Amino acid sequence: MTDTALHPSAFDAHHHDDHAHHDADHKPAFFQRWFMSTNHKDIGTLYLIFAIFAGIVGGAISGLMRLELAHPGIQYLGAWASFVHQSPQSLDESLHFWNVLITAHGLIMVFFMVMPAMIGGFGNWFVPLMIGAPDMAFPRMNNISFWLLIPSMILLFSSPFFGGAGNGWTLYAPLSTYGEPGPSTDMAILALHLAGASSILGAINFITTIFNMRAPGMTLHKMPLFVWSVLVTAFLLLLALPVLAAAITMLLTDRNFHTTFFDPAGGGDPILYQHLFWFFGHPEVYIMILPGFGMVSQVISTFSKKPVFGYLGMAYAMVAIGVVGFVVWAHHMFTTGLSVDVKMYFTAATMVIAVPTGIKIFSWIATMWGGSLSFKTPMMWAIGFIFMFTVGGVTGVVLANGGVDDNMQDTYYVVAHFHYVLSLGAVFSLFSGFYYWFPKMSGRMMNEALGQVHFWVFFIGVNILFFPMHFLGLQAMQRRVPDYTPALEHWNTIASYGYAIMGLSMLVFFINLFWSLFAGPKAGDSPWGDGATTLEWTLSSPPPYHQFETLPRID
Amino acid sequence: MRMMGLKSIVLAAGLALAGVGHAAPQVPASPAATPAAATASTTQATAPADAKPAAAAPTDPMLAMDGAPAMLPTPGVGMPVAGEYGLQPQVTKNGETALRFHNYILLPVITVISLFVLALLMWVMFRYRKSANPVPSKTSHNTFIEIVWTGVPVIILALIAAPSIGLLSAQFKPAPANAVTLKAIGNQWYWSYQYPDNGGFEITANMLKEPGEGQPGERTRTDADGPKLLATDNRVVLPVGVPIRLLTTSVDVIHSWSIPAFWIKLDAVPGRVNETSFTIEKEGVYYGVCSELCGARHGYMPITVEAVKPEVFAAWVKAKGGTMPGAGPATGKPAVAAPAQPVAVETNTNTTGPVENATSAAPATNQAVAAGNAGQ
Repeated sequence: MTDTALHPSAFDAHHHDDHAHHDADHKPAFFQRWFMSTNHKDIGTLYLIFAIFAGIVGGAISGLMRLELAHPGIQYLGAWASFVHQSPQSLDESLHFWNVLITAHGLIMVFFMVMPAMIGGFGNWFVPLMIGAPDMAFPRMNNISFWLLIPSMILLFSSPFFGGAGNGWTLYAPLSTYGEPGPSTDMAILALHLAGASSILGAINFITTIFNMRAPGMTLHKMPLFVWSVLVTAFLLLLALPVLAAAITMLLTDRNFHTTFFDPAGGGDPILYQHLFWFFGHPEVYIMILPGFGMVSQVISTFSKKPVFGYLGMAYAMVAIGVVGFVVWAHHMFTTGLSVDVKMYFTAATMVIAVPTGIKIFSWIATMWGGSLSFKTPMMWAIGFIFMFTVGGVTGVVLANGGVDDNMQDTYYVVAHFHYVLSLGAVFSLFSGFYYWFPKMSGRMMNEALGQVHFWVFFIGVNILFFPMHFLGLQAMQRRVPDYTPALEHWNTIASYGYAIMGLSMLVFFINLFWSLFAGPKAGDSPWGDGATTLEWTLSSPPPYHQFETLPRID
Repeated sequence: MRMMGLKSIVLAAGLALAGVGHAAPQVPASPAATPAAATASTTQATAPADAKPAAAAPTDPMLAMDGAPAMLPTPGVGMPVAGEYGLQPQVTKNGETALRFHNYILLPVITVISLFVLALLMWVMFRYRKSANPVPSKTSHNTFIEIVWTGVPVIILALIAAPSIGLLSAQFKPAPANAVTLKAIGNQWYWSYQYPDNGGFEITANMLKEPGEGQPGERTRTDADGPKLLATDNRVVLPVGVPIRLLTTSVDVIHSWSIPAFWIKLDAVPGRVNETSFTIEKEGVYYGVCSELCGARHGYMPITVEAVKPEVFAAWVKAKGGTMPGAGPATGKPAVAAPAQPVAVETNTNTTGPVENATSAAPATNQAVAAGNAGQ
């Protein structure tokens, strides 16, 4: 959508014939480069490595969960709990360990996998490249944004060894206050504080960068949609995370300093915590999906060889989703005893979100319409994303109805819904972006055949894994239990097989990843052809250590 | 642990009754359900004035509730069914409305939308593949089509919203004055129940363990009790055809009381009393589970409701030492009456009308009514 005209100069980094040999590509020594980095691409790489590691841990935890849930009864939980604590655990302690697992799975996937990959990883890597900036606005702040995540992860990963936080990722009071003594929940709360601070700093950095460091001629309405998506996401982070920080700070003082914000015995209210949490928590789900929208837009456009259909509508649909996302939070609380007026309002407001989402779905299809489509791996993930996100979205319309939600709330129907929008939505977009930008980031192509195998096996696996959860939910299987009545075994067993298929596909992915990193064919500057029109494809693959030392000019 | 002690007391009471099937044995005046936060009106399984003597009525369903189940669950009703993929059959009016709304409006609409998007994708992938369409068009705007795909979803959503809002207002219709009030109190990890309109007696419902688990001699689950992990030792007995006012609260963390066959789920929040109402239209046994994460044994605090004819309910209430409102002093019975006392005397000031009595039983209920949860 944008053309570039770079000033010729001695430091012009985009001439790949000489890029490896001059100052623009001078890299610092190992420790300085990776531990004291101020380079947006290196920090982006660190974020991606971090997210992949967290994804492996979070995914392995869900494997434990599916193994235990494959059949009714408690089979493995006691052994796992005893192993972690190095002493025999009672039934209650084993059941608590289950809650530790679900809490860890949720927090890791949200805060340490999806968010770091989308915003920290791809955002850091490609926002400066796409707007023609040499780096982020605050390179050192960028570094601390990443390194705050390390102590955060250490706190969360070590908390199971101190008893374990078993409150669910929502940390509802009073289960998370007087309901669970011991240091583990405090550690989890502090981990969220650090991750939240990291994200707020990152959000400030992105907003400043996008508003102030666009290359000459790169107006807001010429920005690639991925940059738009990160801009909207950064605003959501900036406005939502302080509310989470306040809520969990109150949890901490309730736990440790005898305040009673959420304790009715002292005049507090447990429902207040839910309002605060979901005021953050609902924008959070858009924080996890909006950058995915942006990536899918880039990929669809590239492999259709067409500009994105309805660019302005696409950009402002994301803005609308961001704005409306702030006024629908109580649809997570339909059974808490809200009054009829409140339930009616949140029912109607929630449905409104389906409109901008529909605009995006149809605009992606319209982008493909009339295009010249090639079905490379990134495109397959993007098309898969569109369909899977649609399926997750329409069950959201069902759940939006406050009167209907009374039956679905806290059942596997909700689990199915948010895994369709996250595990099949956000994760599909992440894989799409990863396959799309891997040549740019590493300078090597990924294996196309292995990529296709990964896509199809993963696609089949996650659908077998998550689609039966709708049925379990309609049959009223509640969330967050390690055991269930035997009638529910049928679909649970099938879902667990789906996990195994999905896990197999991830093996293919990692084989492909390591093979391509070291032995993949060299990638040209713009390996995806004419459809890739954004600025990062004008640079070498990988780009020089410092790019755009002379700013590109966009006509 | 606190509840272990309680549970063993409760379960010990039923030990002689294990394995009797649905023969409906009698509880001979044992302290079957002694609640932790006991009101003085603790349950004593006593014979009502007009019922047969206690030990002589082993098949009388109204007397059996602290022992083995009186009513057999109907297979496939009020519980999950293996391999089933739809919603459970509904036995309340609002539940039937909601079920129709889901099955005949929501589900078809979302299915059609999903298939429509899938069909569009397949068509586009086929028609505009590179080999079939080597030169891409440059079209990137079409105001008309953009208005269509903004406007049509708005219309669809408006059509969904209308019955949805109607369902909500039906669900929030307050219970009439003659409703039977059931107060469900969440505890880690069991439910206790009070019948404030019926003398305020209290029962406690613990999950039944499987045969071979638990203490020796402890009453364990039989198939007559219901499915594994869903059957409780004491069932909540409610009349059919009579509006039920459900109040929920909790003494520790947040729980959630739900019966899928009633389309009812209401959180039990400490410091609040939430209220909703429903009318059960079919006799039967209905199962539900705690639906808010409440700690280790969250999955092990099920809910079992036995819906019976009003006269059976009245007899059961009397057997529990409770009273029926408006039944007059002759059938009223003090909650603290001695076991097997055949003649009831109206001495209990707690048996006032349902509305006044609704929220007076628990100490921490102050804000609930004022907060707009009641009477909706």
